[in-house]
Amino acid sequence: MITLSEIKGILNNPSPEFLEDLAQQSKQITQQYFGRTISLYAPLYLSNFCSSHCTYCGFHSHNRIKRFKLTDKEMHQEMKFVAGQGIENILLLTGESYNVTPLSYLKQAAGAAKHYFPSIAIEVHPMETQEYQELFEHGVDGVTVYQETYDRSRYAQVHLSGTKADYDYRYATAQRAAQGGIRSISLGILLGLADVAEDLLALYQHVHALEKNFPGVEYSVSFPRLKPIKGENFAKCYVDDRIFIKIICLTRILFPRVGINLSTREKPQLRDRALELGITRMSAGSNTSVGGYTLKSSEEQDPQFDIEDHRSVKDIITLLKQRNFDPVLTDWRRIENKIP
Amino acid sequence: MSTTQTDQSETLQDTPLVIAKKSFTNRFLLGTGKFKNKIDLRDSILASQTQLVTVALRRIDLERHEENILEYIPENVTLMTNTSGARNAKEAIRIAHLARESGCGLWIKIEVINDSKYLLPDNEETVKATETLAKEGFIVLPYMYPDLYVARALVKAGAAAVMPLGSLIGSNQGLKAKEFIKILIQEIDEVPIIVDAGIGAPSQAAEAMEMGADAILANTAVAAAGHPAELAQAFHLAVQAGRLAYLSQMPLPQDIASASSPLTGFLYES
Repeated sequence: MITLSEIKGILNNPSPEFLEDLAQQSKQITQQYFGRTISLYAPLYLSNFCSSHCTYCGFHSHNRIKRFKLTDKEMHQEMKFVAGQGIENILLLTGESYNVTPLSYLKQAAGAAKHYFPSIAIEVHPMETQEYQELFEHGVDGVTVYQETYDRSRYAQVHLSGTKADYDYRYATAQRAAQGGIRSISLGILLGLADVAEDLLALYQHVHALEKNFPGVEYSVSFPRLKPIKGENFAKCYVDDRIFIKIICLTRILFPRVGINLSTREKPQLRDRALELGITRMSAGSNTSVGGYTLKSSEEQDPQFDIEDHRSVKDIITLLKQRNFDPVLTDWRRIENKIP
Repeated sequence: MSTTQTDQSETLQDTPLVIAKKSFTNRFLLGTGKFKNKIDLRDSILASQTQLVTVALRRIDLERHEENILEYIPENVTLMTNTSGARNAKEAIRIAHLARESGCGLWIKIEVINDSKYLLPDNEETVKATETLAKEGFIVLPYMYPDLYVARALVKAGAAAVMPLGSLIGSNQGLKAKEFIKILIQEIDEVPIIVDAGIGAPSQAAEAMEMGADAILANTAVAAAGHPAELAQAFHLAVQAGRLAYLSQMPLPQDIASASSPLTGFLYES
């Protein structure tokens, strides 16, 4: 495993030639293991009710935003729209409120999503192994759970209350999901929340430990950069584009087969370049508000974070083809999930 | 393949590759993943002259709007669906059933992989899936780690061919498992041995064919090449060359010198 001082050395190296070399290696490895393909997915927010207070998040419980939870009919309407854009991998999201969006609600959402999407992932409050197993059997194949930061003291500073304040329970979420049969797990850190090198090392150790204990799971990682919300800045450090690209390339070199996701919170100019460097999955045509695709006008929306890349799924597909990439929409055929 | 030696009267006649009673005159199989676009895929199929391609069911979109990969596979090419994504025998079996229900036919390449880091096949689960699917009438070609016991079990389970890996999937490392594949070639004569995975260069394909492998399957190397169709053609030629070399009973490299008999030569001295 790489050491902290090695990561720091890489992130702090100012040489353009060094960065170019890193990028060339990353590109070569990515093309060897993934070919020239990019998988596409979209988020769909089911609810923004939240009982956790995470200072940096637009949905946190103390924020005075309008709270919504989609009804069954509304879910279908939103899902039908997203599927109509060409998306086949859906990421269903909620805030961290077990009471408002309990297991039964998530099962209902998975049941609805099965009508439209071959592949369903969730990014919701952490749950127990048994609950993941039930969701798996209801058609959920993927779980996304970001630790945000692995720095315990910083974690406590920014996660003030609610279930998310429990560092250890969140850390073990990926393990519980894997035990519940989930096929793909996505981890991530919110860049800027704490020391980047330390968080990267801890993320790598987390992925490594999961690979060792649950080798059958497909892992991917995300590196969202912390953004100001309504002008308020929560970042402890600024992660510029060069550091950001280095993080992608270093991750690719260390984990050749791990997927690397890139969301629409990054600008189109950067997304278009990052394509060549190690990214394997992109969101497209995204909206990060509950009901944002069809139910709420833009004035009525309170997004979790602001989107920088507003291009449609169709635009992204065209772009990928122009760049000699195969946009992969279909990457799973639903089979009846059963725990062996 | 038949060959004519113009300077000699003798002609080396090859027999076709026969899998489940179906004859193939071409011994190169192509995987269809990782191509940057489907035109490259179609051109590579044509340039390689392959008669058997494998497609992951997870990538086949029959009902929806995305351009369907199957439209790029010529009609005279046999389609073999693979069970990519299956982590155990039960999932492989379910995927095979879905493939049949989707009209993709009965040719199934079993891939049971429960390790996302190395993508090594789970031999035990592969045998189980082979047994069930072969009984159900599928034509089963299992991808496996080259282990003689497992190869025998696969034959007994009804496999139509055995597909040992050359090296890790997508690694382009060639015949890392060469010595063990040789054992399979020597010992398994009931069904063809098709070397799958890790074949990164035509020379590696030729080497496997020279050893007596019945066919080669490649994918990543072709898909990732700057000019996929040209590399596909190169693979076709290399597989032909390797096959011809094998048929020619080419003298194999020896580990010890054989020009003289230092230990027993004295027995023949007058």
